[in-house]
Amino acid sequence: MQAFTTHQGRMLPLDRANVDTDAIIPKQYLKSIRRTGFGPFLFDDWRYLDPGTLDIDPATRRVNPDFVLNEPAREGASILLARDNFGCGSSREHAVWALKDYGIRCVIAPSYADIFFSNCFKNGVLPIVLDNAALDHLFATAKASPEREAQIDLGAQIVSCDDQQFPFDIDTKRKQNLMEGLDEIGITLTQADAIRAYEERRRKEAPWLFRGARA
Amino acid sequence: MAGKTLYQKIWDAHTVTAYEDGSALLYIDRHLVHEVTSPQAFEGLRLAGRKPWRVDANLAVPDHNVPTQNRAAGIADPISRAQLEALDANCAEFGITKFDLLDRRQGIVHVIGPEQGATLPGMTVVCGDSHTSTHGAFGALAFGIGTSEVEHALATQTLVLWPAKTLRITVRGAVGKGVTAKDIVLAIIGRIGTAGGTGHVIEFAGEAIQALTMEGRMTVCNMSIEAGARAGLIAADDTTIDYIRGRPFAPTGDDWEQAVASWRALHSDSDAVFDQEVVLEAAEIAPQVSWGTSPEMVAPVTDQVPDPAQEPDAARRNGMQRALEYMGLQAGTPLCDIAIDKVFIGSCTNARIEDLRAAAEVIKGRKRADSVKLAMVVPGSGLVREQAESEGLDRIFTEAGFEWREPGCSMCLAMNADRLEAGERCASTSNRNFEGRQGAGGRTHLVSPAMAAAAAIAGHFVDVREFH
Repeated sequence: MQAFTTHQGRMLPLDRANVDTDAIIPKQYLKSIRRTGFGPFLFDDWRYLDPGTLDIDPATRRVNPDFVLNEPAREGASILLARDNFGCGSSREHAVWALKDYGIRCVIAPSYADIFFSNCFKNGVLPIVLDNAALDHLFATAKASPEREAQIDLGAQIVSCDDQQFPFDIDTKRKQNLMEGLDEIGITLTQADAIRAYEERRRKEAPWLFRGARA
Repeated sequence: MAGKTLYQKIWDAHTVTAYEDGSALLYIDRHLVHEVTSPQAFEGLRLAGRKPWRVDANLAVPDHNVPTQNRAAGIADPISRAQLEALDANCAEFGITKFDLLDRRQGIVHVIGPEQGATLPGMTVVCGDSHTSTHGAFGALAFGIGTSEVEHALATQTLVLWPAKTLRITVRGAVGKGVTAKDIVLAIIGRIGTAGGTGHVIEFAGEAIQALTMEGRMTVCNMSIEAGARAGLIAADDTTIDYIRGRPFAPTGDDWEQAVASWRALHSDSDAVFDQEVVLEAAEIAPQVSWGTSPEMVAPVTDQVPDPAQEPDAARRNGMQRALEYMGLQAGTPLCDIAIDKVFIGSCTNARIEDLRAAAEVIKGRKRADSVKLAMVVPGSGLVREQAESEGLDRIFTEAGFEWREPGCSMCLAMNADRLEAGERCASTSNRNFEGRQGAGGRTHLVSPAMAAAAAIAGHFVDVREFH
């Protein structure tokens, strides 16, 4: 996984609450069996005026000039500002893959849906929770001055913008995994003996749980 | 010390390692796999040279991307076909049990798990699909995961998790005639909102929940995720045990007796403390119809489309205005005056035998309104379809002008050929009315199977309680 320590970038202000993962990446792109290549389809229904599929070249589709992502000044923005309950709905990790593939390294919102939040950490994308007052400030800055950058220091747990600093909380383990870009499966497999011991004990207590799904 | 909740008991029983930071390595008893969220996980295993930890804990089935007609002819869309072939190849390579597209047991993953007895009380159940919450109806801790966690569960039979808070929702008393499990859960979501359960596991309790069949309980737990909760739970009782007995993967003999004894003890202690409590009166719940683009935008069928101008909160007001614009609705319009173009009866929320019976009862001897372009019934599994056919339900549907399809997720998320066109309005028994969910520009109204059936006959929403 790509490590995350510090990041500096321009902000993409998506001023809507309850943005669901169907909106982040619509269903037709879930037919792909890859983890990459979703960036051109991020926010597809809002971003383009023409319908799209995996086999239509996005360069041939008309873009929606009213959608924030299509404003010329937003090109290359890497910090997504969002509102409450961002990433609700479907568990599709493709939503995070699309954000990452587009170039988003960090999302800042007042709250997230649980599965989306968890999926971010598996992909080196940092979801930061800030309160509405902090978000209002960042939204105002991003809307008024698209060129203005924000700085994120994961080690210090601080978002900086306009000489203002916004501290944020993050779970210690998730922070460490992100900063070191650790392979979570590899870490868990260091517990292999504990997993086997659990299975042995559990097999005696509740043998029916180990009656396999064998057709 | 206060007693434990059902959630805490299952959590404790599955803790392999408790970490100092409060997280835990939790053992996973059952992993359900489908074609859309698994290929990248299997690829990850291969790249790292890993194998599934416990192959027989997994059960796979294609559902999201499968055609619902002319199935024997194969899948026309080459990209969809490649995804199903990837599931075939991955399950064959790693030895995972899979029901093929043409297997009579094939169906929606959240229908077939319980149907096969693969979901049992006290289990931890995961699947790369948010509606895994469905299996909580059995008193199992069941939740949706992303593809990285699918890979983690495959490789280690565990997940690293942080404990959730607990929310108990008690639905007191009995619902009125014509009010179903779907109406109960929509009313709950209308009450607490789509983020009301975020960070929580919901335990559903009360007489109205206990009175539900397993099918109804699955409908309620299924939509826990629409209230923001990763999991919903209903404690096992006689209804649960009667449902499981004799199913193919259910325990037998001494194992069965021992299992039943443990399931009967598996409930929240009477002195358990929940982080939050919500109480609803069942008698106050009417048949529900969603009017907006979020499941919390829902109202009793007797109501009107709400007026955003009456909403004091600016963010909510903007959301409502945007939703009404997308839905092509005017504030103040009675919900019963909304005409529909299509009807979809199906999905992991409402495609079980009881759902099909409820819809068939409403339409028996009637005809689909001419103004309704398409009414389709998509059974949740091949076995549900067979059962319905043995009861003659398929004939009731086809004689009324409904299409009788083969099982899959179908127009709930419109990954296959079944979808709404831009501007089309649908009465749907599915779970999400998000923008574009059933097709770009499509307009979804969430309702119960009986309400969807009645709307198909009338051509617009009607109060099924007065529809005779």
